[in-house]
Amino acid sequence: MSDVTAAATGTAPTLRIEGLHKSFGDLEVLRGIDLVVAPHEVVCLIGSSGSGKSTLLRCVNLLEPIDAGRICIGDREITDPKVDVDRVRRGIGIVFQAYNLFPHMSVLDNVTLAPRKVLKTPRDRAEAEPTRLLERFGLADKRNEVPDRLSGGQQQRVAIVRALAMQPELLLLDEVTSALDPELVGEVLSVIRELAASGMTMVIATHEMRFAREIADRVCFLDAGLILEEGPPEVLFEDPREPRTRQFLQRVTAARRL
Amino acid sequence: MDDPVGGGPASGSPAPSRASERPASAAQRRVAWRPLVIAAVSTVVFFVLLGLVIVNAPGWPEVKSSFFNGKVFADSWPLIVAAFVVNIQIFVIAELLVLPSALVVAVLRSTPGPVFLPIRILATAYVDIFRAVPGILVIFILGFGVPALGLPGLPTDPRFYGILSLVLIYSAYVSEVYRAGIDSVHPSQGAAARSLGLSHLQALRFVVLPQAVRRVIPPLLNDFIGLQKDSVLVSFIGVVEIFRQSQIRQSATFNFTPYMATALIFIVITIPLARLVDWLVARDRRRNAAGAR
Repeated sequence: MSDVTAAATGTAPTLRIEGLHKSFGDLEVLRGIDLVVAPHEVVCLIGSSGSGKSTLLRCVNLLEPIDAGRICIGDREITDPKVDVDRVRRGIGIVFQAYNLFPHMSVLDNVTLAPRKVLKTPRDRAEAEPTRLLERFGLADKRNEVPDRLSGGQQQRVAIVRALAMQPELLLLDEVTSALDPELVGEVLSVIRELAASGMTMVIATHEMRFAREIADRVCFLDAGLILEEGPPEVLFEDPREPRTRQFLQRVTAARRL
Repeated sequence: MDDPVGGGPASGSPAPSRASERPASAAQRRVAWRPLVIAAVSTVVFFVLLGLVIVNAPGWPEVKSSFFNGKVFADSWPLIVAAFVVNIQIFVIAELLVLPSALVVAVLRSTPGPVFLPIRILATAYVDIFRAVPGILVIFILGFGVPALGLPGLPTDPRFYGILSLVLIYSAYVSEVYRAGIDSVHPSQGAAARSLGLSHLQALRFVVLPQAVRRVIPPLLNDFIGLQKDSVLVSFIGVVEIFRQSQIRQSATFNFTPYMATALIFIVITIPLARLVDWLVARDRRRNAAGAR
């Protein structure tokens, strides 16, 4: 279905994953993932913990070596061993569940480190775009603070700005609200909403079903290392085809009611 | 909760403590003094008793004249202090060289990938060998062995070989301290840096090492205390430094007081460093406690 979307727009998909396998020791975490993400598309990955969502995102960022399959960004295969991984990663932003900000640097140094050191942009120019983003996400007054002095929601927004500072063509979000207090979830989600509206291509692993339903162009349900079912959110959430999907969604709704 | 002072929310936090202070203050002051008094009394009693036992020992007069001889002390002191300058030179130069070279060894030992296996093997072998061989042997082997090669251009100053030996021995120790620091930085920090496109070395240089080095400063200074003391080993390859000088004074006077003077000098220079280490450890603990919140 998504191949059709990409073909119809006439451009190469931003991300194409074919037959991706990944094991940790004896445990096969990904068992043949196929996924195509078109430019400006927002894809949400849902599924229970351990279904492989995070591993999939880490593989796309080449943080985990894969066992079999291919991953392409545009028309370039990034899993080719000859590829320069540092160069590939510049184009793919990832935001982690635990923020992983650098605690020994100010917010501004966190978000400008990669442009300054990787792209060798002089500091004043490197600061322009991130400063604008910090302002846009309500963090202008935090630019000289160290991350430990920020709330979880603020830290996660800084982490998003840090990933955006390299102007990636693809942004991966790995359960970015799971470590947050409930009242801080909203501020991070609204940042992601803004990014989606501005046309950012994103793959989002999430447990926030309502948010996935609202923001996703397409939702993929991962189960035991396979994309069991995918489709537009209204279909997948309203009328899932697979019994496993239905079961998962029922469990999530039941948990929410508690 | 209740606000008897009526300061409102602005004085929220001092209000309860002020309220509880008034009735309890006298009792609290008594309680605060008691442990101090007990500590002072027990310390004085203990050391006075210990002193009396030593002073009344049968051999005390002889020990006193051969270890605590005021005249010998006064005569030897200037010579010993002058000789200590050589030790200072040796350990300061060694320390300045150990800091970077140990870091290089630690970084080489943590290089990733199969291509760098020979480098890792070399670095590991170096650390294993120089931690295993007693320092005095390293100094003997380098100090007597290398000049004996008679190669032109090699320095002949025994201080050179002494410093070289200390740098080789302590770089092995300190590299392990650095490595522990590198390992203590959570791998997610490196992953976050790499995910932004930084290379392995850039991630190490800008993200991992700054955090690692900060954490290992106390154990690193601890190794430097060891290095300062080991600077006396250089005397065994012919450098006249503080230990050699006190030996010379001892043979000249048939009195052990010069050794006591030497010990005193090491105590005097080590205590500030030891307290600095304590202070840094305490500061780190406070900082971590604050960060955990």
